[in-house]
Amino acid sequence: MAETVTPKPDSPETGTPESGTPESGTRENVRSLDLKVEVLARVEGEGGMHVRVRGNRVEDVKLNIFEPPRFFEAFLRGRQFTEVPDITARICGICPVAYQMSSCHAMEEACGVEVGGTLRELRRLLYCGEWIESHALHIYLLHAPDFLGYESAIHMAADFPEGVQRALELKKVGNELLTLVGGRSVHPINVKVGGFYKAPSRSDARAMIGRLEWARDASIETLRLVAGFDFPVFEREYEFVALRHPDEYPFNEGRLVSSAGLDVPISEFDRHFFEEHVEHSNALHGRRRHGGAYFVGPMARYNLNFDRLPASVQAAALEAGLEETVNNPFRSIVVRSVEMLYACEEALRILDGYEPPPAPAVEVTPREGVGHGCTEAPRGILYHRYRIGADGSVLDATIVPPTSQNQPTIEEDLKAFVEDHLHLPQDRLVWQCEQAIRNYDPCISCATHFLDLHLEEVE
Amino acid sequence: MPESPSDLLILALGNPDRGDDDLGAAVARRLRGRLSPGVELRELPGAADALLGAWEGRRDVLVIDASAASGAPGTVRRFDVADGPLPARMLSLSSHGFGLAEAVEIGRALGRLPERLRIVAVEGASFAPGNPLTPEVEEAAERLAAGLLDELGGS
Repeated sequence: MAETVTPKPDSPETGTPESGTPESGTRENVRSLDLKVEVLARVEGEGGMHVRVRGNRVEDVKLNIFEPPRFFEAFLRGRQFTEVPDITARICGICPVAYQMSSCHAMEEACGVEVGGTLRELRRLLYCGEWIESHALHIYLLHAPDFLGYESAIHMAADFPEGVQRALELKKVGNELLTLVGGRSVHPINVKVGGFYKAPSRSDARAMIGRLEWARDASIETLRLVAGFDFPVFEREYEFVALRHPDEYPFNEGRLVSSAGLDVPISEFDRHFFEEHVEHSNALHGRRRHGGAYFVGPMARYNLNFDRLPASVQAAALEAGLEETVNNPFRSIVVRSVEMLYACEEALRILDGYEPPPAPAVEVTPREGVGHGCTEAPRGILYHRYRIGADGSVLDATIVPPTSQNQPTIEEDLKAFVEDHLHLPQDRLVWQCEQAIRNYDPCISCATHFLDLHLEEVE
Repeated sequence: MPESPSDLLILALGNPDRGDDDLGAAVARRLRGRLSPGVELRELPGAADALLGAWEGRRDVLVIDASAASGAPGTVRRFDVADGPLPARMLSLSSHGFGLAEAVEIGRALGRLPERLRIVAVEGASFAPGNPLTPEVEEAAERLAAGLLDELGGS
């Protein structure tokens, strides 16, 4: 049984902390440390990480990222507003729906159109598919190996075939849902401003119900499995930011709220958040206007919207040992599993009694204006802002992906974690640093590559 | 649909918008419509789960993919999965850390490999978004496609 899997003896959580540091050694009272991981595996995309330690202090943490969405913003200018969902979907192979949804909502706001009823439900259904496939991948194949003491899912597969099979099947269900609503599972082609090109038939939709029921049960198994992992003790004070809707757990709509009391419409995003360029990274860093870091993604959504989860999902979360607020990012794997369960439940709710809409889309006529879109990608809020001309051409575009926003928080986590855990042997500390980065399921470039981890101690 | 599971399935992998990662699609463009009826050709982005699904129930599969740059662009390398594990770095081009090498090794662990699985990897030079194939890789795609048509009896 999957649940009998136990961490290997050499896993980071079960090892005995050791004092001293290898390689660079100790010189008088100033410790010297140089930890490097040439390629950080099991993240979406690639980037670089450099941690410099002097004595017992982390002097500097740098997350180096190359981020393509900047190019997209430039070449969107001059394109028709109707092309933007398909162009921006290309930014990411794992969360294309998020890009499509944020851009559609932004364009519809600019054009003064609201999409409701069954079309709105279908958008939520599409998002369920993306959350299921993205969360299943990260929970089992990218993050679980950290907790179970395996170098990768490949190494895990031999000892834990049931879990890997379950992950692949869950991901497949997510992909099938994307295909049902989006036309295909990678870079869906059925989404348009105003709705869809074609709505799924009733029979095709109903055929998914059995699959989703299996996925719901598999998500419950997943939750029980990850609830039994050992979690490093680590909590910080964060400002969580997510959408919040009056009636539902957020996918497409809501106000921007934070655990520090922010509560504004998404059109005010730019008044409260900004991106800054830092010397060490091509990627912009998202910050609050007052300068603080903030935290987006499953833990933020959960903490700010626990009361919007159905009672059955709330009960499953509490049974898994979560409280209504989670402050240890290493527990994000449990929260992600709660959200996968929610996505299955929500998909079943929508599929149950689904009738195709009278028309697959509402008419959208361009007009001069500005539109904002902010939706909940698997990794957190994805903000789009567009200005379009009367002829529907894009005049300027801003895209703020979730991982951009989480970068300062990831760096702060690493700083605090390393300072608290300098007693660990070097390889274990590096392992847990990587695990700490993976807590955020970073989609580092949404297409491009390279994350090396360097932990260097200066003398 | 395949004529029978024993027919050859060619899987051409990669992201056509990412420079030399277009290699799979570039070979596929040269093969499409010219292969004998017993050969099925499919293009895939290269995610491990999609690969495991694509070769499920198949006996003979040939995967064509670009491999990471290591100084010899256009070099063609062939692997038979039965010979042992793949060099993970060479084939780990998936942007999501879960690509061909993972599919092969997870497939091996789970007993989900075709009876015969061969991989042809062409070393790339640049994978920058929006760039075309580099000349060495374009030339390798041409040679590889011609060789496959010879080998497989296409037109």
